[in-house]
Amino acid sequence: MSPRSANSTTTTAAAPVGRPPVHVDGCTAETINLGSVDVIRVLDENGKVVDASQDPKLSDSELLRIYRGMIRSRGFDQRMLAMQRQGEMGTFAPGLGQEATQIGQVYPMTGRDWFSPSYRSIGAQVWRGWTMEQLLLLWAGFFEGFAIPEGVNELPFSIVIGSHVPVATGVAMGIKTRKEDAVVVTNFGDGASSQGAVAEAFNFAAVYKAPIVFIVESNGWAISTPIEKQAGNSVLAARGVGFGMPAVRVDGNDVLGMIVACTRAIDHARSGHGPFLVEAVTYRMSLHTTADDPKVYRKDEEVKSWEAKCPILRFEAYLKGKKLLDDATIAQINEEIEQDVIAARDRFRELAVAKPGEIFDFVYDTLPADLHEQKAEYLARLKRKGVE
Amino acid sequence: MPNLTMVEALNLALGQSMEADDRVCVMGEDVGVNGGVFRVTKGLLDRFGPDRVLDTPLAENAIIGTAVGMAVYGLKPVAEIQFSGFTMQAFDQIEQNMARFRNRSRDRYPISMVMRAPYGGGIRAVEHHSESREAYWAHTPGLKVVIPSGPRNARALLAASIADPDPVIFYEPKAVYRAFREEVSDESEVMEIGKAEVVRRGTDLTLIGYGAMMRPVLDAADDLVEEHGIDVEVIDLLSIKPMDTETLVGSVAKTGRCVIVHEGPRMCGIAAEIIARLNEHAFEYLLAPIKRVTGFDIHFPYFQVERHYLPDSDSIVVAVKETMEWT
Repeated sequence: MSPRSANSTTTTAAAPVGRPPVHVDGCTAETINLGSVDVIRVLDENGKVVDASQDPKLSDSELLRIYRGMIRSRGFDQRMLAMQRQGEMGTFAPGLGQEATQIGQVYPMTGRDWFSPSYRSIGAQVWRGWTMEQLLLLWAGFFEGFAIPEGVNELPFSIVIGSHVPVATGVAMGIKTRKEDAVVVTNFGDGASSQGAVAEAFNFAAVYKAPIVFIVESNGWAISTPIEKQAGNSVLAARGVGFGMPAVRVDGNDVLGMIVACTRAIDHARSGHGPFLVEAVTYRMSLHTTADDPKVYRKDEEVKSWEAKCPILRFEAYLKGKKLLDDATIAQINEEIEQDVIAARDRFRELAVAKPGEIFDFVYDTLPADLHEQKAEYLARLKRKGVE
Repeated sequence: MPNLTMVEALNLALGQSMEADDRVCVMGEDVGVNGGVFRVTKGLLDRFGPDRVLDTPLAENAIIGTAVGMAVYGLKPVAEIQFSGFTMQAFDQIEQNMARFRNRSRDRYPISMVMRAPYGGGIRAVEHHSESREAYWAHTPGLKVVIPSGPRNARALLAASIADPDPVIFYEPKAVYRAFREEVSDESEVMEIGKAEVVRRGTDLTLIGYGAMMRPVLDAADDLVEEHGIDVEVIDLLSIKPMDTETLVGSVAKTGRCVIVHEGPRMCGIAAEIIARLNEHAFEYLLAPIKRVTGFDIHFPYFQVERHYLPDSDSIVVAVKETMEWT
C-alpha cells in the first residue's frame, strides 16, 4: 500500500495462525473491534467519476462556486508569493496544490460552525468570510490583520505546530456542554500529527464525544521531513481507531471526495456521535514557507508527478465534461478573479499603516498599574522618534 | 462567620462562584467523583453535575488547552493541575494560548479562566511535588499570578480570580491547606488582584513574603519585635503579577530597609524583581542593601531534609538583624 495515494486500507483484527484463541478480559484477537477506515475518492486524476455512488450531486451553480473558490485560493496565493518576493509581504506558507483540500473541508460547514485553521489555510479563510486585504495585512505584519472578521466563527491560527488543536477541542467541549447546534472543524498537517498536543486533543474529544472534525492535511512534507520519517504508520487515518473515533482517508486533491468525506464527518459530529478524523492525502507543491528552499531535500521528479494530480485541472476536466466550463469561460473566470485579487491588493496598500502606539492595548482587559509605567516609557521613545 | 481551613475556604469560593455564574465550570484530574486529591473540589459534582465539573483524562497540556477553548466559547473554566510540578506539561498551552489569545485575536477572545495548582514544600512529598515556580509565569505577558497565604484571602482572591477578565495562575500553598483555621466571611468579600496587604505596621524594616512563607515571616516578626526590639513592617504580596509597586515603595520609603522571603530559587526569582523595583523607585530611601531569604538555585531536596532547605523564621531573623546592623 502506497502511503502517498488513497488506496484501500482496512484495520480488521489479524487472526493468529496456528495458535489457540487466548482470552484477555473477554477479548480474543478475533473479537477485538478495530473498526475500519473508509477510503473516499469521487474523481480520478483525469476528472472521471470513479465512484458514482459517492457523487454528492451538487447543483451546477454550486459546482461553479466551488471551482471559483479554488481558483481564488490559487490566484491569491500566487499574488501573495509575488508580493513577498518583492518585499511587500512577510514570511508566509503557500498552499499551492492544496486547493481541493481547503475548499472541500469548509464547503459543508454552516455559519454557526467554528473553524480552527492552521496557518496554511488562506483559501479556506477567504471562503469563510475573510477579505483578502485583511489576510494581506496579517501576513504583512500589521496587527489589525489579526482581527477576525465580525460574524466569522474562527479561531486564530497558532504558529507553534498543532498547539491550536486542544483549543479547538475545548470549543467543541463548550458546544457540547451548552448543548448548542454547532461543530468545530480544525486542520493541521502531517507534521502536527507527531505533536503530543494533537494526540491529547484526539483523546479528550473522543472521551467527551465533542463535536469536532479533525482534518489532517497529509501533504507529504513537514519542511524537509517526509511523511515516512514522520510516522511509523503513514496512514494517519489509522489513528482514529486507537482513539475510538471513526476516520476516512480521502483523496485530498479531489474536491468532490473532500466534500463527501467532510460532510459525513460533520454530520457525524453534529448528530452527537463525537469526533471524526479525516486524512486528506495531498501534496505541498510549493514551499514550506517563503523562507524555504525545497530543492535542498526533495527531487523535482516527485513534484512533477504531483503536477499531473493537480486538483484544479482535475475539477476543470470534470466540469468541462459536464459542459459547465470551456476554455473561454475558464479564462474569463481566471481573469475576473485576478482582478478581484489586484483590487484587494490595492485596498491593502491603502490600509497598510502600522500603529506602533497600540502594542500595549490588547494584552489585558485593563492595563495593570505597573504596565502604565512601561507604556509611558515606550510612548516617550516613539515621541523622540517622531512616530505616532 | 465559619472557621475554615484553606481547603474549605477554596471549596467555598468555588461553590459560591458556580452558584453566582453558570458559566463557571471546574475541570481537572480527579476533581469530580474524588473531589480532588486535596478535596478542594469536594461535593461540587453532586451540586453542579458533570457538565460543569469535568473529570478529565490525565493530560495537563490538554486540560489547559481545552480550558482555553471553553473560555473562547464563553465559559469560565477553573482548571486544576494536581501539583504545580505538573504544570510543566502544560507550559505549551499556557504560554502559546492561555496567555496570548486575547492579544492574538485583538480582544475578540479574552480568556477569563483560572489555573489552580498546589505549590511549595513542607508536606514530605516525592519529587516534583514541592516546587515553587511562580517566577516562570510572572515572566509571561498576559497572565496574572496570585498566591494567597491563609483561608480568608484564599477565598476572596479565588473569587476575584474567577471573576477576572484575564487568565490567572492561582498557586495554593499546600503546606497551609490544613495548617490552621481562620474566620472566613460568608458574604462575598472582595479583594482586588494586584494589591499587596500590609499585615503588620512597623517602622524599622520592611519584611516581604507571600504564600506559605507568611507563617515563618510572621513568626520571625513576633520574635524580632519581642526579643530584639526591631519593629518590622510585614507585607503579604498576594499578587505576584501585577505587582503592587506602590505599596512596596511606600513601605520602604518609610523604613529604609528591606528583607524579602520566598521558597522558589533565588536567580530571577520574585525577590530579584522586587529589588529592581525598589532600586528604581526607592533608591534614595535605602539605608542598607536589600537581603533575600529564598530557596537555593538547586533542585528541591528530598523530604528528609526539606525543613533545612526551606526558609524558616530563624534564617529570616538573622537576615533582618544583619540588615539592621549594616553600616
